[in-house]
Amino acid sequence: MAAARFLLRSASSKGAISNVNGGVHSCLGITLVKLSPGGTSCSRTQRRHNSHFTFQPDPVPTQYGPTTKMNLFQSVTSALDNTLATDPTAVIFGEDVAFGGVFRCTVGLRDKYGKDRVFNTPLCEQGIVGFGIGVAVAGATAIAEIQFADYIYPAFDQIVNEAAKYRYRSGNLFDCGNLTIRAPWGCVGHGSLYHSQSPEAFFAHCPGIKIVIPRSPVQAKGLLLSCIADQNPCIFFEPKILYRAAVEQVPTEPYTIPLSQADVLQEGSDVTLVAWGTQVHVMREVANMAQEKLGISCELIDLQTILPWDTETVCKSVVKTGRLLISHEAPITGGFAAEISSTVQEECFLNLEAPIARVCGYDTPFPHIFEPFYIPDKWKCFDAVKRMINY
Amino acid sequence: MATVRGVRRLFRIGCYATRQNPTSTAPRFLQQREFRVNGVHRQEPFDSSVEKPQFPGASAEFIEQLEFIKPNVIAGIPVYRVMDRQGQIINPSEDPQLSKEAVLNMYQKMTLLNTMDRILYESQRQGRISFYMTNYGEEGTHIGSAAALDPSDLVFGQYREAGVLMYRGFPLDMFMAQCYANCDDLGKGRQMPVHYGSKDLNFVTISSPLATQIPQAAGAAYAFKRENTNRAVICYFGEGAASEGDAHAGFNFSATLECPLIFFCRNNGYAISTPTNEQYRGDGIAARGPGYGMMSIRVDGNDVFAVYNATKEARRRAVAENQPFLIEAMTYRIGHHSTSDDSSAYRSVDEVNYWDKQDHPISRLRHYMNAHSWWSEEDERAWRKKSRKMVMEAFEKAERRLKPKVDLLFSDVYQEMTPNLEKQKDAMWKHVQQYKEHYPVDLFEK
Repeated sequence: MAAARFLLRSASSKGAISNVNGGVHSCLGITLVKLSPGGTSCSRTQRRHNSHFTFQPDPVPTQYGPTTKMNLFQSVTSALDNTLATDPTAVIFGEDVAFGGVFRCTVGLRDKYGKDRVFNTPLCEQGIVGFGIGVAVAGATAIAEIQFADYIYPAFDQIVNEAAKYRYRSGNLFDCGNLTIRAPWGCVGHGSLYHSQSPEAFFAHCPGIKIVIPRSPVQAKGLLLSCIADQNPCIFFEPKILYRAAVEQVPTEPYTIPLSQADVLQEGSDVTLVAWGTQVHVMREVANMAQEKLGISCELIDLQTILPWDTETVCKSVVKTGRLLISHEAPITGGFAAEISSTVQEECFLNLEAPIARVCGYDTPFPHIFEPFYIPDKWKCFDAVKRMINY
Repeated sequence: MATVRGVRRLFRIGCYATRQNPTSTAPRFLQQREFRVNGVHRQEPFDSSVEKPQFPGASAEFIEQLEFIKPNVIAGIPVYRVMDRQGQIINPSEDPQLSKEAVLNMYQKMTLLNTMDRILYESQRQGRISFYMTNYGEEGTHIGSAAALDPSDLVFGQYREAGVLMYRGFPLDMFMAQCYANCDDLGKGRQMPVHYGSKDLNFVTISSPLATQIPQAAGAAYAFKRENTNRAVICYFGEGAASEGDAHAGFNFSATLECPLIFFCRNNGYAISTPTNEQYRGDGIAARGPGYGMMSIRVDGNDVFAVYNATKEARRRAVAENQPFLIEAMTYRIGHHSTSDDSSAYRSVDEVNYWDKQDHPISRLRHYMNAHSWWSEEDERAWRKKSRKMVMEAFEKAERRLKPKVDLLFSDVYQEMTPNLEKQKDAMWKHVQQYKEHYPVDLFEK
C-alpha cells in the first residue's frame, strides 16, 4: 500500500500543475512538464486525454465579508484555520498532515497552532478513526484525515460499527458528534484502482453518519465548517481533481452552508440532472449542450449531502420536469443513484414521463489507462438526455 | 516499512523542489532544513565520521555475527504478586497498607458482583433475560484496578469488567435495567445485556465489536492531556481482543502520541474456546508492550493488591509523564464464555475446579481479612444474606418494569431527528395501530 501511494503522490502533483496551467493533462515526466507546459512536444502515444470537465466558478458570495481567490485545497485550509482559531479543543491529525499534507490542505497550520494540535499519526487508518472517535468522546473537536478515500476501508469497522452507532447505543450518554473525517475523493485522471475511488455508497447504507461532498472552493469551506460544527460524525469527501483546478473567490471569515440541502444551480423545465462533486461540472456542460443542440431545458441540482439526503428538493424538481438523470463516478450497481432513483420513483410515479436514467461508472474496478472510457463523461450523459427526451 | 517511508519523504521533497524551481530555489532549502531538524528531534545528532549505524529508523550498534533475536517464552515476564494463595503478604514493603474500611469495601463489591452474576446467569437459563456474561474468577482484576483509579478517570471496557462499575457505585437497579432493557435503562433498551455505560461514573458504554475501544481510549487520553486536568484513561480488553488490528493501532498511537493511558489486559487463558497457544506464540501480551516503547508489567490477577499496586503506580506515572502503561493481569475464566457457550466442550472440569477452589481472588482476599480478624464466619453469612436480598429486590423490580417507549427505536441515530426517520416512525405507528394484535404493544411504555 505504501509503495503504491508513493508513486501516485508524484503523479498527482504533476497532474495538478498541468491543471493550473491550462486545465490540460500533460505528458508523463517532471522535466517535460517544466519544458513544455502546454504538452505540445508530446508524441501522439504519450498524450493524455483532455480533462473531462471544465470548472465554472459560482458568482462571488458577498454576504460573508471579504473574499480571496482560493483553489479547493486552500479553501479547505481556510476552513481548518478558522476552526483552530475559534475552537481551542480542535485537533487535526492523520498521515503526513504536519508538513502540510500530501495535497497541501494543512500547510502552515502546525506552525500557527502548535504541534499538539496539528500532528502526524502512525500509518494506520483504523487507528486514525478510532483515535478520532476517542478525542470526540472526550468532548474535543477531532478532524481526522484519511489520505485517500480509497484507504478508508481499514477504518470501515470504526466508522460503521462505532462512530455511527455511538450515540444510539449509549442512549445518548456518549457520542462522537465532534468527529469529522476528511478524505480526498474521486478520479484524478491517472489514479487507477486506489487513488480514484468514490466510496460514498458504502457509507450511505449506514445510519448515524453524514456524508458530504462539495463541488467548489466556496462549497468546500462552507460545508466543511458545517461538518465540523455538526453534532454528528461526518465524512467529508474532497474531489482531489479540483484541489488545484477549481479557483474562485472564497470568503476568508468562517461561514456555513447547511447540510442535507441540495443546491439548485440552474433552473430548467424538461429534465432534472442530479450529481455531486466534480460530476456537477460535467452535468453543467451537459445542460448547456442539451440547450444548444436539442433545445432542452435542464434543471441542475448539486446534491451536496449524500446522507441524510435532500429528497424534497430532488422530488420537487422531478414533479416539475417529469424526467431525471442521475450521474456519479462510482460503479452503478449499489451506487447512490439507485437510492435516489427508487425514492423518486416512489414519490413521483405519476409525474415521471420516462424511466429514470443512471449514468455511472461501470461495474469494474477503476482502471488506469482506460479511465477516459470508464468515467461517465459529458457525452455519455448527453446521450442519456437525448434518449430520455425521445422516449 | 520505516526505510520506505524515509525514501517517500525524500522523494516528496524532490517533487516539491521541482515544482518551485522556475520561481525560486529558496523554498527548497527551507524544506530540506525543516526535514533535517525533524530528523534530529527523533534521532541522535548526525555525525558521519563515527563508524556507527546512521539509519533514521533505529538507534543501535553494528554487530559482525549473524544472530537472530530469540523470543523468550519459556522464562517469560514474571508475575508480580503481593500476597500468596493463603492471603499472606509476601514482601511487607509491597503491602499497600489499605485501611480495613477500604479492604472490606473491595471484598463486598467483589462478592456482590459474584452474587449478581449467579442470579442473572440463572435468570438467563430460565429465559427471563436473553443473554448474560459472568465475571467469575476475574473479580479481583476489576476491583483492584478500579480502586487504584481516580473516579474522574475515563474507563473503556470490553464487556467483562462489570466490577469496575460496581466499585464506582453503579446501582444494582441500573445493572438489572440494562439486562432487562426496561424503561429505566440509561441505554434505552437498545443493546444486548451486559453492555453497560454510565456518563456520571465515567464508564464509556460497552459495544460488542472487540478491541474497537483500544484506539478510542488513546484518543480520549490525548484529549485529556491537552485539557491538562490530571485525568487518565484506562482501557480493558481480553487477551483474545489483543489479536485485533485495533489493539496494534491503539498501542502504537498511544506511544507515539504520548497519551496518559493504562492498557489493562485480562489474560484469562481463553477467547471463547480458543486457548492462548492458538491466540499467540510470544510471551503473552505484556511482552508486546516494550516493542511499542511502552512500560509494561504482568501481575497476578487473582491478587487484588498486586492489581491495585500496579494500577496505582501506572496511573501516577501515566499522568505525570504522559505515557501509556500496559498491565497484563494473569487470571482464569472460571465461568463459561457467555450464556450461549458450554465450556465443558473444550476444557476439563478439573482445570476449572482448581481455579474456583484453590486460587480465587475472592477467597484469597477473605484469607487476608481473616488473618487480620476483619471478617468472621458470621459476617460472611450475614453479608451473603444481605447481598442476595439486595440483588433479588433489584431483580424483581426490574422484571416488573415496562419496556421503554417504542418511539426510542428512532431517536439518537443522529442528534436531531431527520425528516426521513420521522416519516419511518409515522409509518411504523400507522402499521402497528392497524395490526396491534401482532405486536407486544402492552409491554412497552406509552
